[in-house]
Amino acid sequence: MALLEVSNLSKIFGGVRAVQNVSFAVEAGIVYSVIGPNGAGKTTLFNLITGIYTPSEGQIRLDGRDIAGVAPHELARFGMARTFQNLQVCMNMTALENVMVGAHLRLDRNLFKGALRLPGIARRDALLRAEAAELMRLVGLEAFIDAHADAMPYGALKRLEIARALAAKPRVLFLDEPAAGLNPTETSEVDSLIRKVADSGVTVVLVEHDMKMVMNISDQILVLDYGKKLAEGTAAEVRRNPDVIAAYLGTHQ
Amino acid sequence: MFRSQFFGLIVLAVILVVLPFVLPNNFYLDLAIRMLINACIVLGLNLLIGFAGQISLGHAGFVGIGAYASAVLTTHYSWSPLGAMLAGALAAGVLAALVARPIFKLKGHYLAMATLGLGIIISIIVRNEAALTGGPDGMPVAALALFSFEISGEKQWYWVVSGILLFSLWASLNLIDSPFGRALRALHGSEVAAQVVGVDVAKYKLAIFVLSAVFASLMGSVTAHYVGFVTPNVADFFHSIELVTMVVIGGMASIYGSVIGAVLLTALPQALAGFEGWETVVFGSILMFCMIFMPKGLVPTLAAKFGRR
Amino acid sequence: MNGEWLPQFLQFLFSGITVGAAYALAALGFTLIYNASNVINFAQGEFIMLGGMLTVFFLQAGLPMPVAVLLAIFIPALVGILIEKLAIEPVKNAEVTTLIIITIGAALVIRGVVQIFLGKGTHSFPPFSSAEPIAIAGATLLPQSLWVLGVAALVVVALGWFFSRTLMGKAILATSYNRLAAQLVGINTSRVLFISYALSGALGAIGGILLTPITLTSYDVGIMLGLKGFVAAVVGGLGSGLGAVVGGLLVGILEAMGAGYISSAYKDAIPFALILLILFFMPRGLFGGKVTDRV
Repeated sequence: MALLEVSNLSKIFGGVRAVQNVSFAVEAGIVYSVIGPNGAGKTTLFNLITGIYTPSEGQIRLDGRDIAGVAPHELARFGMARTFQNLQVCMNMTALENVMVGAHLRLDRNLFKGALRLPGIARRDALLRAEAAELMRLVGLEAFIDAHADAMPYGALKRLEIARALAAKPRVLFLDEPAAGLNPTETSEVDSLIRKVADSGVTVVLVEHDMKMVMNISDQILVLDYGKKLAEGTAAEVRRNPDVIAAYLGTHQ
Repeated sequence: MFRSQFFGLIVLAVILVVLPFVLPNNFYLDLAIRMLINACIVLGLNLLIGFAGQISLGHAGFVGIGAYASAVLTTHYSWSPLGAMLAGALAAGVLAALVARPIFKLKGHYLAMATLGLGIIISIIVRNEAALTGGPDGMPVAALALFSFEISGEKQWYWVVSGILLFSLWASLNLIDSPFGRALRALHGSEVAAQVVGVDVAKYKLAIFVLSAVFASLMGSVTAHYVGFVTPNVADFFHSIELVTMVVIGGMASIYGSVIGAVLLTALPQALAGFEGWETVVFGSILMFCMIFMPKGLVPTLAAKFGRR
Repeated sequence: MNGEWLPQFLQFLFSGITVGAAYALAALGFTLIYNASNVINFAQGEFIMLGGMLTVFFLQAGLPMPVAVLLAIFIPALVGILIEKLAIEPVKNAEVTTLIIITIGAALVIRGVVQIFLGKGTHSFPPFSSAEPIAIAGATLLPQSLWVLGVAALVVVALGWFFSRTLMGKAILATSYNRLAAQLVGINTSRVLFISYALSGALGAIGGILLTPITLTSYDVGIMLGLKGFVAAVVGGLGSGLGAVVGGLLVGILEAMGAGYISSAYKDAIPFALILLILFFMPRGLFGGKVTDRV
């Protein structure tokens, strides 16, 4: 059984079908990419799977469990984590704290224990600090470990989101355009980071515009166009597909 | 970095210990006590407004619930002060918990409207139920006796309230740096980001709202016993605004800002007493001035100026 | 049920619509400023107070009624502009809470100044026409109520014309939808702010002038009237002109009915209970659209 199974998924916004009847399956441990022209419904698809939007029709199964319409904070319990195309970094916190928040579900979150700083809480927090710093190094943010989030450049914030998502120790990680707005050096760093994450056993689902990166690291690719599934397959298969070529070159009839 | 925050606690403790010995008379001691009580309420409110990012324009309602629970239950039903105080806190907590879910689905101005409405309804009830509350004239409150010990005189009150404030500051500093507190600040920074890492946003908003309401109610009881008299003004819209102003002038999301804001705004009316009739105008002008030139509040503005985060 | 219910009901309805019309004007003022600058102006109620108090003052100074009324509309409009120029423009992008405190500061200043120069007394002036009540189906309607309703209706129609037919009106609407886009197509958004605040001050003042012969006025009536205007604006969905008018009338009528049938002591609580109920079930008011956050 596939880790993530999406069947006949649709989302209608006031008459507009942003996602139409999309089905696909993601096996555990692979890098699965979703591509398509602007407005193809990629981010909407992500928002449906990660519980931000409620589907109009269709099923989403994670490990065989139906998760369509389940709230995002519940999905986190099932091992789902994500980053955002439009940055969602907490600018009122330090970089390290942003990563620490990612570990939320793995901590004792009791209000009173926290207010009294019971020894257990303090000890766990000290460990978490070290763990979060380690994650920041992993994503290449060692220079920002003591920084406040609002003092960081755009490219660093994108990677900070990845570190935060990893702090949750997810089983499946959704990355929404992790390379958007990055320069070529940063892009290749993110590229190898994704590889590293996938190799550690985390399933990665990726939305990305950078074709070089997508073709490079994806095991499977789903192509969306106007909210519909246009093609699915390996990089080589997708590249040869005439419908995909047509969609990208804009030769629609 | 965060440990250095506790340095401020020590400084404040030293100031609080020395203060009674340098204040010339009980008038100033009384002013200091009222500053400290307000600082406690403002601290709780700042956790809600500054850290969790949820505005409340009706917090005086909860202060009023505590004050009147103490006044009414001890006077008309001969409850013990401690029992009355806890009953008030329970009532405030239950009310906050009941309204929290629907209220905190709201954002920005809609949230401001809803909390404002809640506060005003409480103050109207207090004003109207004259048989119990004495109506607009208010009612006297007995001294605060805990078991066989009775707190009386400014000196004793001063030490009690100082102790409460220092403990609350310490607990608040701990809280904002704990898993609970980080989740709270995260939902302020980005609600959706907090959600996807597993923060049940509605639950956290409810928890901090109930906490700050209960705390406001407890401090309302303390005020009532200390002053020995309550009037409906304690629950008024204007008092709610005063509290929020203390939070903002001191600095949102600044623990020590809460203390500074409370101290300044409690002292202000005293300082303006010499303006004969112009108090309201001067008070209003100062509010506008502070907010226009220091929209982030005193402590964060100064901290930024002197290069500390 | 006895045969007396209709006159009583009509009586409550008349007084509800009358106050409701003034709330509607205040709500329109809130809406204008909210649309132009995303600010909730807590000084809105003080415009209502200023309208009534200034008319009283100018009449006492011996000016004829029409001049007194015009001045009492003009000055609050000017005060609106001053608030915008001195207090709102310098902090345009501040947090909601900061802006709320600034407008409350402005309200206190206005109220304080009026208290100093015009005193703490309660005032009124004679109705615009006859004080003789008109009998309708057993209930009575004050001619002044007709004035309130008539002028309010006229103002609403004029505003409707202004927003749909004039360039400036359209510019204000465009700015409220998207400030940046409006700037890009060459709309002078600073002038839009200026006009919105002036109009908002004038609207509040008109409501205050119309209402004073019925409800009396004093330096401290602004806060409650303003808050109820805010309720009316939120009932209507904050930002919708039609919503503000409907919200104002609804709040006025329910308040009058509640005061009549339930408890007059809790009259002031009714609008706030109403708004809590509405927001619990419709988080963006009766006329507010549904929002979807983009992430």
